Amino acid sequence: MKLFISTFLNGLTLAALYFLVASGFTLVFGLMRNVNMAHGSLYLIGGYIAYSVVEATGMFLLGFAAAFISMAVAGVLLQTLIFRHMEGQDLRQTMVTIGLSIIFADLALWIWGGEFYQIYPPDWLFGATAFPVVVDAKSNGDPVYFTYPIVRLFILGVAIVIGVGLWLVLNRTRIGMMIRAGVDDREMLTATGINIQFVFVVVFAVGAGLAGIAGVVGSIFSSLAPGEDVRYLLASLVVVIVGGMGSITGAALGALLIGLAEQFGSVYLPTYAIAFSFLIMVAVLAFRPQGIMGAAK
Amino acid sequence: MVKIRNRLLLLAATSLALALPATAQDKGTLKIGGLATLEGVFAVPGQDGMRGIEAALKEANYTAGGYKLEFIKASSDASPDKALQAARKLVEQDKVAILVGPLSGSEGLAMKDYAKTQPGTTFINGTSAAQDTTLRDPAPNFYRFWTEGAQWMAGLGEYIAKDKGWKRVATIGEDYSFMHTQFFGFALPYCNAGGKIVQRFWVPLGTKDYASIISALPSNVDAIWLGLGGGDAVNFLNQYQQAGGTTPLIGASITVDQSIITSKGRARDALKGTASAGPQADTWDNANWNKWVKLYQASFPADQRFPTPGLFATGYYISTKAMIDGLNGVKGDLTDNHKALRAWLSAAKIDSPVGPITLDENRQAIAVNFVTEVAEGPDGNLVNKVVKVTEPVNQTLGMDRAKFLALGPVGRENPKCE
Amino acid sequence: MSVTLGEAVTGAARGEKRTAWLSWLNPAYLIAGLLLLVLPALVGDFVLFSIFAWSLCLGMVALSLMFLAGYGGMVSLAQLTIAGIAGYMVAIFGTNGTGTGLGWPWWTVLPAAIAVAVAFATLIGALAVRTAGIYTIMITMAIAAAFFYFARQNYPIFNGYNGFNLVLPPKLFGVDWRQPLPFYYLTLAFATLSYAAVLYVSRSTFGLALQGIRDNARRMEAIGFNVVAHRIAANAFAGLIAAVAGIFLVWFNGGISPGSVGFGPAIDILVIAIIGGIRHPIGPFIGALIYALLSTFAMDLVDPIIGRERFKLIIGIGFLVIVLFSPDGILGLWDRLRARMAVSRDCA
Repeated sequence: MKLFISTFLNGLTLAALYFLVASGFTLVFGLMRNVNMAHGSLYLIGGYIAYSVVEATGMFLLGFAAAFISMAVAGVLLQTLIFRHMEGQDLRQTMVTIGLSIIFADLALWIWGGEFYQIYPPDWLFGATAFPVVVDAKSNGDPVYFTYPIVRLFILGVAIVIGVGLWLVLNRTRIGMMIRAGVDDREMLTATGINIQFVFVVVFAVGAGLAGIAGVVGSIFSSLAPGEDVRYLLASLVVVIVGGMGSITGAALGALLIGLAEQFGSVYLPTYAIAFSFLIMVAVLAFRPQGIMGAAK
Repeated sequence: MVKIRNRLLLLAATSLALALPATAQDKGTLKIGGLATLEGVFAVPGQDGMRGIEAALKEANYTAGGYKLEFIKASSDASPDKALQAARKLVEQDKVAILVGPLSGSEGLAMKDYAKTQPGTTFINGTSAAQDTTLRDPAPNFYRFWTEGAQWMAGLGEYIAKDKGWKRVATIGEDYSFMHTQFFGFALPYCNAGGKIVQRFWVPLGTKDYASIISALPSNVDAIWLGLGGGDAVNFLNQYQQAGGTTPLIGASITVDQSIITSKGRARDALKGTASAGPQADTWDNANWNKWVKLYQASFPADQRFPTPGLFATGYYISTKAMIDGLNGVKGDLTDNHKALRAWLSAAKIDSPVGPITLDENRQAIAVNFVTEVAEGPDGNLVNKVVKVTEPVNQTLGMDRAKFLALGPVGRENPKCE
Repeated sequence: MSVTLGEAVTGAARGEKRTAWLSWLNPAYLIAGLLLLVLPALVGDFVLFSIFAWSLCLGMVALSLMFLAGYGGMVSLAQLTIAGIAGYMVAIFGTNGTGTGLGWPWWTVLPAAIAVAVAFATLIGALAVRTAGIYTIMITMAIAAAFFYFARQNYPIFNGYNGFNLVLPPKLFGVDWRQPLPFYYLTLAFATLSYAAVLYVSRSTFGLALQGIRDNARRMEAIGFNVVAHRIAANAFAGLIAAVAGIFLVWFNGGISPGSVGFGPAIDILVIAIIGGIRHPIGPFIGALIYALLSTFAMDLVDPIIGRERFKLIIGIGFLVIVLFSPDGILGLWDRLRARMAVSRDCA
């Protein structure tokens, strides 16, 4: 029973991380039809920058800000300098992002080297917290309470806050309305006279910034090292496909599904758990290509 | 017409110029190839391995056996395909006489088979530690002066079962052949000494989230044998601490490697007191070892190396030094497919930084092994303290060769340990 | 001299046939063909085997991708997976270093391996048939990733992390086909065959219908073409080419492991096809040659400048430059160069 609760919570908190990474990806994908294969690199470099900032200043929260701002700036540059000139050429954009991801990966390796970096949460986040739920008894009869790492709950909290924030922006503000309209029908949105380029830049910047924040969160969770970019890129792809592109709720649902599948898989079916999540993606693509929350075409 | 004549003259002049150096010096240049994983997950150990080669070459002033040594580097990424590509370039294009490498297990297996097709080149292993590279179907020109994964765990099983008295152990290991080998080397003696492997977990390489595995660990065990390396180990230790884990840990050799115990932050605190075993121990008070540590530290500036050499640097250093000593020993005689050199290498008795090394009939090293415990060093960093130095252990772990081979190749279920 | 209309027509037709014949004897083909045939006399064994034979193998895999992408409009990242499946089947059905091979004779192993791989290619085609554009890339990428992780974890069939060694071509007619010279000619023969096959199919009814589907699937459906069947058949054909390439690759490397079919190598095949150009079947081979040269020699070239470990950076920048400025790859550059030379000739 303890194992089941733990695994469930682990799946939930892993889903939180996946949601953070995938939310930026789905926004960019949904609005600009741009499969940003460099999204993983933004995750990794955002994490590295946050690490360097935290090391230099010792301020944990500054790392979040640094990651978001630096990656948002990168996003603005990428959109205005490169992708703006390639509108409509989906395949070409994908190729460009592949090239960029190769370059970024090697630059990151050059600057930060091949070691693994970890951002250590401040003391108030360290260790495990006890829940008032009894799961076992020690040999002397004392009850053993269910404990869970605080930092994972913190990550869950961050993801919920950001998720709710994004939902509010998308559904309760004007610019959110424009973004949703653009996801549904880009040509129509342009026809109404809205400066679509501005919307694109904002969305790309936010998407990249979210990737950076996910990088910080991921580095608390596990570690940053070369290869993490590919891993989280693939995870974002799976989540977004399963959940539906352009939908924040879809990203949340997809992340939940994949996070839980991976955690339960790692305990009950460890050998093939990873292959399993990709097969879920294949099944969704084959039979419901628009994803769970996506609009049918 | 003039153009053609000038071109012919140029051709003649260059060929003359190229022919001259061969007659000018003692024996000329000898090309040596070095292969390590400079890309991908093993990039950091690979760099350390290259440092091992360079330290040995610098120590010998880039000369051996009357030759001037020209060192050509090649890089791989731990996949056999890339290693073969790099080896082919070194051997067939650059025409190296001797190739030192590779670093990782599956590369070594591929390299052994490649060596069989290149009888004119001598291959000296770097640190690749798969068992079958020399145990089954060895290549006559492939030499391994470094012990392999199972040998690296020698002494630990008995130490845990008898000295520590821990009779119930759960294991977590990366699900690939090198870790299967390490598990084998630990579990076989451990179970023979009365220990019991209560449960074994095999996690895919590159698993980042160990939270559920940590929850699934049985609580009625005396210790957990941790077979993770690199980033996986740091992740696990971090999450283990966050989950408030208290069961003591036993480490595989690469779990307590330099790259992990020198990593910043709290994760390494979980390693304090962890017992392990391996081909080297950072704090061994031995003249040869101290000499090697000083050489390593002097050969590279402090920000381009670890504080003390990791096992990859040591392995590559020993292999390169064996090559240099061999070349000197046969006075550079490389005739007849390196016959003299190979005889010298097969019969070599090396007084290495990690003790005496000899080769068995499959050209596999027989050497001592170090049982260690992680302790706090003088400057607050962590080091591997020597607890015990075993007798020289061979590849069959002291068993009769036929009986050992009958146990079968390493795998998830080997040994059963019922 | 008067000629009847009938004679004029037949005479013209015969004349056209003759010129059509001559157009196949394109001087470029003659020169390239001659060079490739006498190549062993010009370069050493290493370059012959590790650069040219390798480029021909990689080029064939990239050719299968080019066929699907260029003529079919489906960019598939699973072509290397299909090649890998064929390679694994050769190791499993035949003999390999772990002794677990079934040991069938080569004339059973090769057709069986190709059959399994083509079956998989058809399956992948069926799964991907309703996707388009980016979605095709993603589903094929997911399939490639799933296969990689599966092969890496599965020991009973695929021998997990280590894969298989010592998978070698049979010694037929007294020739050791693994030696550089015979292997080169063997791969050259099959590469030429697959190149000719792609050219032929692209101009056949099937190929033209496929290109029509690429351009406007709805219109083709309206005319009465079975779009789904065409797409799946295209995947099967491309799978055949990839399977043959996979057999050569496993012989080239003398083995196969999960790393051979990983995410990185799959992206590399895409890079090769794009750099070469996906508009004509020669593109993938050009791209493969460039890739092989860079991969082998880039370390030496960039070492003095920025250190040999940075060659991935060079490849990435090169790829980016090509995609930004010449999306049709090298072929596109060549076309534009020729157009410009033609213009200057006309103006002169």
